[in-house]
Amino acid sequence: MPAGFALVAGCLALAASSASFAQEGIETFEIGLSTSTISISSDFTGARLVVFGALDNADAKLLRQQRYDIVVVLVGPRSPAVVREKERTFGLWINRGSETFDAVPGSYALAATRPLADIARQELRQRLSLGIADLRLDSGATTGAFGQPAPDKPEEAKGQVNISLAERRAKAAQDIGGTSADAAVTVDDYAEALKRIRRAKGLYNQSVGTVQFVSPTLFRADLNLPADLPTGTHMARAYLFRSGVFIRESSEPLFVRKSGFESYIDDMATRYGVFYGMAAVLLAIFTGWFGRLVFKRD
Amino acid sequence: MNLYLPIAEISLNVFVLVGMGAAVGFISGLFGVGGGFLITPLLIFYNIPPAVAVATGANQVIAASFSGALAHYRRGTVDLRLGTVLLIGGFGGSVAGVLLFTLLRRLGQLDLVVSLLYVVFLGGIGGLMLVESLQSILKSRSQGSGEIRRPGQHSWVHGLPLKMRFHRSKLYVSIIPVLLLGFLIGLLAGIMGVGGGFIAVPAMIYLLRVPTSVVIGTSLFQIIFTAAATTILQAATNRTVDVVLAFLLMLGGVIGAQFGTQAGRKLRGDQLRALLAILVLAVGLRLGYELVVTPDERFTITLPTGEIG
Repeated sequence: MPAGFALVAGCLALAASSASFAQEGIETFEIGLSTSTISISSDFTGARLVVFGALDNADAKLLRQQRYDIVVVLVGPRSPAVVREKERTFGLWINRGSETFDAVPGSYALAATRPLADIARQELRQRLSLGIADLRLDSGATTGAFGQPAPDKPEEAKGQVNISLAERRAKAAQDIGGTSADAAVTVDDYAEALKRIRRAKGLYNQSVGTVQFVSPTLFRADLNLPADLPTGTHMARAYLFRSGVFIRESSEPLFVRKSGFESYIDDMATRYGVFYGMAAVLLAIFTGWFGRLVFKRD
Repeated sequence: MNLYLPIAEISLNVFVLVGMGAAVGFISGLFGVGGGFLITPLLIFYNIPPAVAVATGANQVIAASFSGALAHYRRGTVDLRLGTVLLIGGFGGSVAGVLLFTLLRRLGQLDLVVSLLYVVFLGGIGGLMLVESLQSILKSRSQGSGEIRRPGQHSWVHGLPLKMRFHRSKLYVSIIPVLLLGFLIGLLAGIMGVGGGFIAVPAMIYLLRVPTSVVIGTSLFQIIFTAAATTILQAATNRTVDVVLAFLLMLGGVIGAQFGTQAGRKLRGDQLRALLAILVLAVGLRLGYELVVTPDERFTITLPTGEIG
């Protein structure tokens, strides 16, 4: 019974690894948000989100040596996007090439204890979709909610994420009709452009040194949210690293919605488009007539 | 003082928006153009998503036009009959225009087509008007009202059937060119999100030979309905009309339009035409320049439907 044997061996290995963790102490890691809902009202000009977190059972020696690193991100709702590139054609700048990404975060804010390159290797950052440079814009087939790979899944499943991504890239290359290497460069160009534009608008931002330990077990992260923060369900996620190794993550949803009058207007426009349009026309006619009445100059 | 705009989803300064509305309203009252061809580029320049700028611009144009048309109606310078025939053609054009708008946006070529249309129409019309009005100003410096001469000979336009009499405009022409003109105005309104006044005014002056004074009132009358149809269509299909933004622009626009109408009466027909020509040319050149000059950012991000995301 080789299969049964393998299963038992697996259990033993698991037991052994948790035993070794117990010796070092299993870090437990939880975060909480300063607010669970952000209401966008008429005077909204951006906000700062404070994420608090507790790190328990950490190795005191490693903690003193600052070998623990924490990265906190807030990923906005993902939606498809098309990136187009203009090329000069007969003297005019015309949209020629385009690339579609199927799950682009509407916003992305990151805070970290140290520069990301010092915290984790690039393969790891890519796998976790961590940092603007390695942020994934497509949803893989086996990714969890919000396009993030589910970190609890066994290593095998994570391997599949990468394979499916590679396959997608290869397929994209075939669609374009170029070689795989050419297409990879093209895809990167468009992805780079998207990130550059969103960064310039403040929709994507990342800062270093903005995660700080308040006490040996308590840390706080400050995230900057722009004025045109997209509405919807955002996901705050904290990643814990120990000496460059990814240990675990913790996440909390954040709801961003319009409030008060704005929410009412938005709701009307979405649900009763025609009546909303008619009301807008009537408002315009009334304003025009009223203005005439007030400023009767002839 | 900043205010969050619910549909545009951006926080902007209230006074800048009201000021923009006032400036465009003044021009609207002065020339009898809705000002859509000015307000839409201004809003885009002020970071408002183009789709919202187009639809909201149409909404704001209604207020300025209604206010201006009311002033002209009191003075008897609106040809309701001519305006109505234009509108019938315009309705067909509006529907065709909105359909074309949706298609072009999906293809990612809406901005290009809109810019080219602006450049061709604004450049052509502005150039012709400028030459004509300058000649007129030079000729009639000592005498005359500055009105276009109405020569005895008839152009091909006057040889068409289905003639109709328009008393206010002192016209007796076939309704075919009027309907076609209306259709063209509606089509452009749908694609470019403008009332079409900048096409209607010169076309009525030069093609139909309507007196300049009547042209402005009639154009404003016609724009109210074209802009209203565009607003409702955009609200129903694209959800891009921002009532809060539109209201701020209207506030400024209504005030500006009153002063514009007053200022317009102090100027002669040919002077008005020359000023409008310069304005039209300037906007056309500006858009043409943007098509040719190397852009700062060659990439753009949109939703799959073509909306700016």
